[in-house]
Amino acid sequence: MAELTCREAVAAAIAQEMRRDPSVVFLGEDIGAAGGVFKTTVGLFEEFGPERVRDTPISEQAIIGAAMGAAMTGLRPIAELMFSDFFAVCWDLVANEIAKSRYMTNGQVFFPLVIRSANGGGARFGAQHSQAIENWAMMIPGLKVVAPSNPADIVGLLAASIRDPDPVVFFEQKSLYGTRGPVPDGEHVDTLGTARMVREGADATIVALAAMVPRAVEAADRLADEGISCQVIDLRTLVPLDTRTILSAVSDTGRLFTVEENPRLCGWGAEISSIVSEECFYDLDGPIVRITTPHIPLPSADNLEDLALPSVERIAETVRVNLG
Amino acid sequence: MATEATARPDLANDDIGEEARLALWRSQLEIRHVEQRAHDLFLQNLVKGTVHLSLGQEAVAAGFAVAMEEGDYTFCTYRGHAHTLARGASMSGVLGELMGRECGLLAGKGGSMHLTSVEHGAMGSYAIIGAHLPIAMGAAWSAQYRGTSQVSVCFFGDGTTNIGAFHEALNMAQIWKLPVIFVCENNLYMEYTPIGDVTAVEHPAADRASAYGMESIIVDGNDADAVYRVAQTAYAKARSGGGPSLIEAKTYRQCGHSRADPGAYRPDAEVEEWLARDPIPAYRRRLLDFGFAESAVDGIEAAVLAAVDAATDAARASPPPPPEILETEVYADGGAAWRN
Repeated sequence: MAELTCREAVAAAIAQEMRRDPSVVFLGEDIGAAGGVFKTTVGLFEEFGPERVRDTPISEQAIIGAAMGAAMTGLRPIAELMFSDFFAVCWDLVANEIAKSRYMTNGQVFFPLVIRSANGGGARFGAQHSQAIENWAMMIPGLKVVAPSNPADIVGLLAASIRDPDPVVFFEQKSLYGTRGPVPDGEHVDTLGTARMVREGADATIVALAAMVPRAVEAADRLADEGISCQVIDLRTLVPLDTRTILSAVSDTGRLFTVEENPRLCGWGAEISSIVSEECFYDLDGPIVRITTPHIPLPSADNLEDLALPSVERIAETVRVNLG
Repeated sequence: MATEATARPDLANDDIGEEARLALWRSQLEIRHVEQRAHDLFLQNLVKGTVHLSLGQEAVAAGFAVAMEEGDYTFCTYRGHAHTLARGASMSGVLGELMGRECGLLAGKGGSMHLTSVEHGAMGSYAIIGAHLPIAMGAAWSAQYRGTSQVSVCFFGDGTTNIGAFHEALNMAQIWKLPVIFVCENNLYMEYTPIGDVTAVEHPAADRASAYGMESIIVDGNDADAVYRVAQTAYAKARSGGGPSLIEAKTYRQCGHSRADPGAYRPDAEVEEWLARDPIPAYRRRLLDFGFAESAVDGIEAAVLAAVDAATDAARASPPPPPEILETEVYADGGAAWRN
């Protein structure tokens, strides 16, 4: 196994898929010779050339529209939106056009494309370059939504997203880009819609996503020292949602905590809480608890941003208090 | 403005030719009579929601479609019945979709504003202003990348020239030299407001062309021959790698913006002037000047009317869509499942 950073894993996945399928093309701002503002696309321009790795103007509507038009006529485009906050300037193309057109045309047009974007906080960028917006995408019928937490999953799930026949919104948590981890050698393709139990435990289930996964694991490690045994589930994909893994886990432990980077209202944990309440209520030994960022725009100062995002300490304390 | 002030009576030396002229005539008639039927069916409460008719604008759709090649892509707006029909989609499919019937092009899932017939190259009608310019540009990028000679043609109204996506698409199409043709149907009104009242330049599309290194082209959109010739030039340019074109076709909708709009804001004299330039009787006169037999010319119209009647009957006889399709075709597996 090779050790890669998350940013290297992005480029590795794209390169893997571009080598095997000439219909895969890639467009976005500064992705070519510059190698991406987060250096997630280093080497792609040199290997695949300007016809397949296309630098664009600052025109998010044109980027996403171009990906849509190309996808509906035989290509498999990957479009990069530099920061996920920029979905707001091309949301029409994402939510009204790409997501709905297959249904509206009764299947005549379809969009095998990926929109990948740097998502989430922790980098002190302030409220317009730090949002965790995976719940925006989750609420639109027709989109698939992926948010991995480690290099191996980035390679495997990005490869699966590129091969998927549906439009996939792929969120890369920007504070994880420098994180290292093992990645399987050779071609690596994972399966969308599968959560993963990353830590076993008996007393409670903690469900987390992306950058909240390592925090939840660390919190569970600390709690274990105190005699509280927690499972941690890495959701990996919000749509399709692997409810079987969650329901089965909660049935075993009787307690559920969600750890969400998004602001409180309508975060993905609310949907999971609703599903668990409806479908395994009588297996619960206590209330479902959501641990989220407060319902605020994200601040930029070190201490304020750290205070806003669910921390290891807050996760551990919330579990401790609720199980106590 | 390129206009056909005088007809050329010599059919033998005509650059358009007998076959294309009759195709232009038939296409304009099909649009006119289907649109009038859609209007009638709306008044009978058989068409619900809304319809945006192209009555008076038929020559733009016909001129571009007849000059197209099979495999070219058409992208249009919610005012898209005309362009969908012009590519050869069935009348019963169009009327059935407007009426919410199983025989509709989209099985009743899309409605008037989203007509699509991929098998005919009609790649969709898009109801959010501006969205389809980048999409059409992307289809042209795909054609260029795949090395085909396909051209992507994108029709939109004058109001679209004031939204950001218009400018983003034109810029990207030009820097990538894409085989795409942007066609502005300038019918003088942005919904209910004169376009001149809300636009910084006189010609909403043509005056913006130079900003993107494109030629300023205005054509008489009520003259199918003029549109056909401008289209041929733009197709040739696109197919030879010469890049995109932006064409402003001046025309007039003889009705309001949508079914909710009687169009009362328009001066009577203006309406009368444009009704006198109705493209349908003008084209009939031209065909007769060229020596086409009146019986043949009018026979085509009779055949079109019969086809519209038959399509209406077929659509009326078609059942509503089956309830089982409610949760189909959200995802590629054919269903709507978002969880296991």
